[in-house]
Amino acid sequence: MGSVFSQTMAVIAMNIRSLPQRIWMSLAMILASAVVVAILLAFLAMAKGFEATLSSAGSDDVVIFMREGSAAELNSVISRDQVNLIEVAPGVMSDANGPVTSAELYVVVDGIKKSSNTEANIPLRGIQERGITMRDNVTITAGRMFTPGTNELIVGAGILQQFDGFELNANVRFGKNVWRVVGVFSSGGNVFESELWADAKVLQSLYNRGSSYQTMRAQLTSPGALETVRAYVENDPRLNLDVQTEANYFAAQGKQLGYMAIFGRTISIVMALGAIAGALNTMYTSVAERSAEIATLRAIGFSSLSAFAGTMVEALVLAAMGGVVGSVCAFMLFDGLNASTLGGSFTQVVFSFELSPDLFRQGAGFALAIGLISGFFPAWRAARMPVVAAFSKVA
Amino acid sequence: MTALFDLKKVAKSFVKGKEKISIFDDLNMTIEEGDFVAIMGPSGSGKTTLLNMLGGVDQPTSGEVWFAGERIDSLSEGNLAKWRANNVGFIFQFYNLMPMLNAARNVELPLLLTKLSGKQRKKNVETALTLVELADRAKHMPSEMSGGQQQRVAIARAIVSDPKLLLCDEPTGDLDRATADEILKTLQLLNEKFNKTIVMVTHDPAAAKYAKRTLHLDKGEFVEEGMAA
Ligand SMILES: Nc1ncnc2c1ncn2[C@@H]1O[C@H](COP(=O)(O)OP(=O)(O)OP(=O)(O)O)[C@@H](O)[C@H]1O
Ligand SMILES: [Mg+2]
Repeated sequence: MGSVFSQTMAVIAMNIRSLPQRIWMSLAMILASAVVVAILLAFLAMAKGFEATLSSAGSDDVVIFMREGSAAELNSVISRDQVNLIEVAPGVMSDANGPVTSAELYVVVDGIKKSSNTEANIPLRGIQERGITMRDNVTITAGRMFTPGTNELIVGAGILQQFDGFELNANVRFGKNVWRVVGVFSSGGNVFESELWADAKVLQSLYNRGSSYQTMRAQLTSPGALETVRAYVENDPRLNLDVQTEANYFAAQGKQLGYMAIFGRTISIVMALGAIAGALNTMYTSVAERSAEIATLRAIGFSSLSAFAGTMVEALVLAAMGGVVGSVCAFMLFDGLNASTLGGSFTQVVFSFELSPDLFRQGAGFALAIGLISGFFPAWRAARMPVVAAFSKVA
Repeated sequence: MTALFDLKKVAKSFVKGKEKISIFDDLNMTIEEGDFVAIMGPSGSGKTTLLNMLGGVDQPTSGEVWFAGERIDSLSEGNLAKWRANNVGFIFQFYNLMPMLNAARNVELPLLLTKLSGKQRKKNVETALTLVELADRAKHMPSEMSGGQQQRVAIARAIVSDPKLLLCDEPTGDLDRATADEILKTLQLLNEKFNKTIVMVTHDPAAAKYAKRTLHLDKGEFVEEGMAA
């Protein structure tokens, strides 16, 4: 007998070569696989983005002020007058250098990502000098702190790693403005590492924010002082602000993201199952369409193994093509997806919403799994196809 | 002539739902090597079923099918496939060519189951296509050929690995008279010059005349007619 290999290769080649003739079935299979891979990649990218936020613990004796009802920094506004009132609030710590507070604002600038050479958004945060010491784990690892009142900025370790042109002492241009990188900071892996920090006042004037800020951070005299501060805010009609500890703020965001993650995972699983069912159905149809061919080959003496392999490889090839399509789509839709696209409440997440080579490897794995699942059962049917079908009149 | 086929007490029944349909109870027959047998009979009499059992693509419910001294009804699925590859060429009513392969590639299929080199395979394909007078159509796709041409490609495919036996199920059932006669002449040539044993199922008495003898199958029994021309 001739080699099992040559007959199997012949059947595989025949199946692959006939794919263009079965174009709709092939496209349906590619689409199903592409959908699964794109959805799962999107979900994984999102989940990866969440990690940074979820890892931020926050402390109990730092409070964050935001405009009443704003869930995220981006849609909050705080005026200079409100800042002045908070600086002297009972329960807010002061020392020889004045109140331990930081009024902050936030703009979005563009950078070029090293991995893909594409533009992506970066948060540029304006802080006051005290903003650094009030944040846990933040240390300047290279260079120095920016000098207030100048076009200097410090760069998060994450930015340095992922974007081009933010090396120490580099000049970077955003719009008409040129900034100078004077320091690198790390914050133990949390979201702040994916930001640029500069002087809030400089940011206000360069971005026409007048004297307004978006959030304010304040050090409490003790964790118990929260109630004192809250009572002060509630009793002053000028302070229509929400107050919460940094720990609570992060926990709330984490919770919100947790729901998002569960929601995203459920949707992905349901859609993936649907697409796999579609792929399976398509492959069953493919086997049914080829039943006369399969039976004829079997009558001639081809083994059932070759019938199995032919269908299996067909499914794998189509699923792999779908995997490529799905990955490319996911990449184009989601890579470096930014705040403005996702909406205000996800400003903290978006930056990390990126597709890495590792995710693409997972995408390839998914495509392979889809090919295996949707190919195996129809291939089994092909292998078990009764040879007498070759003689049936529907040939 | 030695007996190529020997059917002993063959019974075949199908179970359809709760019903058991018995096609044959006790079928006995012998086919000598070099014979050309036409099998006729009313629709549903079991002609195709019989051919399937001879070709090792279907098994009798009981009884024995002997081929050249070997019992084939008890072979395993895999061994039957090998047996078919070595001994049987099939010719179908609807040709059953692979639509995505050209004539030469279709004819080459059975050779992929042998150890022949690519060069040798090419040579054998040429020989087979020349025999059915289609050497000039080697590169044509099935869709570019007439029914008669497609059936001749199918005959070339059936003989390319030089099997002893050709099994044809209504090989001219889908062709006009003139084309059918050409195909039947080719089969006759294969029988007389190349000593192929041929079993052919047909509804057409004119087709049956090309065979050496005709068996009439009715209600599970054979009624033999005299020798044909
Ligand atoms: N796989 C099967 N399952 C159930 N019944 C079957 C099966 N194959 C054949 N039969 C039945 O067996 C009987 C004989 O079928 P067969 O195809 O052998 O007839 P035939 O003589 O070739 O008829 P025709 O001239 O129409 O081709 C028919 O009644 C058919 O319905
Ligand atoms: Mg029949």
